[in-house]
Amino acid sequence: MNRYPLWKFVLIAVALVAAFLYTLPNFFGESPAVQISSARTMVKVDASTQTRAVAAVKQAGLNPDDVLFDGSSVKLRFKDIDAQLKAKDALQAALGDDYVVALNLLPQTPSWLQSIGAKPMFLGLDLRGGVHFLLEVDMKAAVDKALEKTAGDIRRELKDKKIRYGAVVRGRDSVEVQLRDAETVDATLPVVNKLLPNLKVTPVKGDSNKIVVTYPQAALQKLSEDAVKQNITTLHNRVNELGVAEPIIQQQGAGRIVVELPGIQDTAKAKDILGRTATLEVRLVDDDPANLQAAIGGNVPAGTELMTERRGSNGQSVPILVKKEVELTGDNINDAQAGFDEHNNASVNLNLDSTGATIFKDLSRDNIGKRIAMILVEKGKGEVVTAPVVRAEIGGGRVQISGSMGVAEANDTALLLRAGSLAAPMNIVEERTIGPSLGKDNIKKGFDSTLYGFAAIAIFMVIYYRVFGLVSAVSLGGNLLLLVALLSAIGITLTLPGIAAIALTLGMAIDSNVLINERIREELRNGMTPQAAISNGYSHAWATILDSNVTTLIAGVALLIFGSGAIRGFAVVHCLGILTSMFSAVVVSRGIINLIYGYRRRLTSLSIGQVWVPDQKNA
Amino acid sequence: MEFFRIKRDIPFMSYGKLTTAISLITFVLAVAFLVIKGLNFGVEFTGGTVMELRYQQGADLNQIRTQVEHLKYGEAQVQALGTTRDVMVRLPNIKNKTSAQLSNEVLTVLKSERPDVELRKVEFIGPSVGEELVTHGLTAITLVCLGIIAYLAIRFEWRFAVSAVIANMHDVVIILGCFALFQWEFNLTVLAGVLAVLGYSVNESVVVFDRIRENFRSPKMRGKTVPQVIDNAITATMSRTIITHGSTEAMVLSMLVFGGSALHGFAMALTIGILFGIYSSVLVASPLLLMFGVTRENMVKPVKIKEEAVV
Repeated sequence: MNRYPLWKFVLIAVALVAAFLYTLPNFFGESPAVQISSARTMVKVDASTQTRAVAAVKQAGLNPDDVLFDGSSVKLRFKDIDAQLKAKDALQAALGDDYVVALNLLPQTPSWLQSIGAKPMFLGLDLRGGVHFLLEVDMKAAVDKALEKTAGDIRRELKDKKIRYGAVVRGRDSVEVQLRDAETVDATLPVVNKLLPNLKVTPVKGDSNKIVVTYPQAALQKLSEDAVKQNITTLHNRVNELGVAEPIIQQQGAGRIVVELPGIQDTAKAKDILGRTATLEVRLVDDDPANLQAAIGGNVPAGTELMTERRGSNGQSVPILVKKEVELTGDNINDAQAGFDEHNNASVNLNLDSTGATIFKDLSRDNIGKRIAMILVEKGKGEVVTAPVVRAEIGGGRVQISGSMGVAEANDTALLLRAGSLAAPMNIVEERTIGPSLGKDNIKKGFDSTLYGFAAIAIFMVIYYRVFGLVSAVSLGGNLLLLVALLSAIGITLTLPGIAAIALTLGMAIDSNVLINERIREELRNGMTPQAAISNGYSHAWATILDSNVTTLIAGVALLIFGSGAIRGFAVVHCLGILTSMFSAVVVSRGIINLIYGYRRRLTSLSIGQVWVPDQKNA
Repeated sequence: MEFFRIKRDIPFMSYGKLTTAISLITFVLAVAFLVIKGLNFGVEFTGGTVMELRYQQGADLNQIRTQVEHLKYGEAQVQALGTTRDVMVRLPNIKNKTSAQLSNEVLTVLKSERPDVELRKVEFIGPSVGEELVTHGLTAITLVCLGIIAYLAIRFEWRFAVSAVIANMHDVVIILGCFALFQWEFNLTVLAGVLAVLGYSVNESVVVFDRIRENFRSPKMRGKTVPQVIDNAITATMSRTIITHGSTEAMVLSMLVFGGSALHGFAMALTIGILFGIYSSVLVASPLLLMFGVTRENMVKPVKIKEEAVV
């Protein structure tokens, strides 16, 4: 009765071997590496970047151990930190500002382990040091900005349509257009409705004649979603400037953004850069060939600046001379979308706000036949995206930039222009800086406490329950192996509370084994034969184990749903640990016990410690 | 080796009055401490800035305190963090100043006196986050209780469910009372620990309840009264209760000793929680069960297979 069918043994063996393999990468440590990724959306990292990087490093007399390209970044692995630092300098010099060259640590997982998807656990900031920000998007400001824009749009449209209006007033959450009489209200209503199809437009007639424009719930929702999305994009672009190897930028809840920058210590600099704007500038082009020649020769005429213009999808750079005077900035852009122009060329469609529209209208009217440069300013460096010739006056605030752009580039440019500014200001509501030495300490302390606790439990179990105790300890070890393997394979971020959860889960997991062992002793005490005692002990204990684990799991899942930060890190590991412990305590330990005792014909006693029987039989 | 050589069932239920009295007194005391002293909430809940510093040699707390107070940031706290070299400085939220500025200023001042100071950690929490954490924490506790009541009501019966949850809350309140009494910092990790105790302690009650159910169904126990049945169940699980809790406690103590300051609060909450967990599951949940008037019929009726036990 205490024999498992072969498939069960195979299952246990496979589970344990797999657990061992997936736990293994955690022991190989990490080696220094340099990671190259794109600093701007318009610059792509590809195989040619890899070739250039390797050449640059080789020229510096360094030999990378390993070169990896994962589609978005190139990683070069080195033997020691010295070589890593030298390589970083060499790469930075060779590749220039278009690329982010960051120091990183790469796991030294052997390739045969990598090929089965095994990887080491991902450590949280509290274990490896870095900066954590929680930013809150100021939704009120986002709504304010949107209302301001709506008010401007209405003004412009009414002026365009030659409708006389009193004033366009922005209220707390609405825009009011004051009109002379009821007739004007009737005349204005379709115009405003057409202009703002997604908003609620209510006419008011009688004592005061006006039109009230409000944002319906759906529009507000979309507004705030867009604001968060845009801010995340902007943050992504800016974090790239910091040269962080593996930044995390995520939305949390409705209006919050988490930014985690491992390895960064200088919070002041990080915050400065996160708060900066990359933007678009519109300037006039100096098309005098003599001036351009002089500028290329190193003699830039006063009031102008030499820049490069990108032409074609191959990114060929052409020098161009632009005026220093900035006519219009990206602050006046409400939106930028990729699209197509009338010749079916890829284009970026800008939507300027009312001031921007007026400026652009005047600018285009005064400069017909001349070129206007659209300059993208990033990292304090300008680059001319396109410099079209103005054919006619451009009004209405809708500007189309179409040059020799590909569809992908148009998308990137639109995204960048959108990303240039934040949709709404953000406040830092939480900030955490953890020094690398504290991180190492935390790992060591967490590891130590788990180790000593585990050792204490194992020693006690072996002394108290003998062979059964040893089996319990081994299956507890199996539990640890399964849990660590699961955490590594799923890629859950391990934090200090997570380590605490591993320790606690192990402490609680032994409960199942104690239940089983006590039950077997009791059966023996009641005069059962050893084989029957094992069988009954396991089956009786099972109901209890299930009940107690399910209740613990309920608590764990509730923590997972409602916890944040530290609590969630704890809860994930705790829940997984409960699941693995049920498997290891019941299936694995039974398997081993069956191997030891199940195949003996005449079993007279079990090594489960002394079974004390009271004087009077069957108490 | 066998620790527990119990010849007869221990009449736990006859101690009912005594244990109820003890529970009530500790409970009332805990609530009193919570009301009078209140919890010493960590920075996650109150908002503010916390800096962790490490000195090469032993730090002079009084000197640091005077220096920090000199900056006039309002109510600043300076305390040792486990060792003599580690110091924690806690500052309230100050308008118009970011935490980076704040921590830089403090560090500059401290460095002027003792250049061997190293900034190990800065944590800044805005005021709005704290309230949210409290609501989320309370929601989590409520949800855990409801979930457990539902599960136990299905698996056992409502009387079991309610007794288990009351016993549980009793533990939680006592942990909170201890934290209030000693003014230990109550932070997010401690909250995680308290919630873990909630799950753990119920686990304990479940094991005893399981035995009670089994005893009700067992023909051997047919002639026994309800208190006798419960006594037998507790006695039978006694050995397992002590050993399991001992093991878990060993793990938690190991965290308390070796885990350093970051795990201290968590381990402390669990240490207290586990100790009271033993007591409450045996001596609070079971008397409650009796008080709610649990009978054999409550447990045996739904089981059709063992019908001969009913007759």
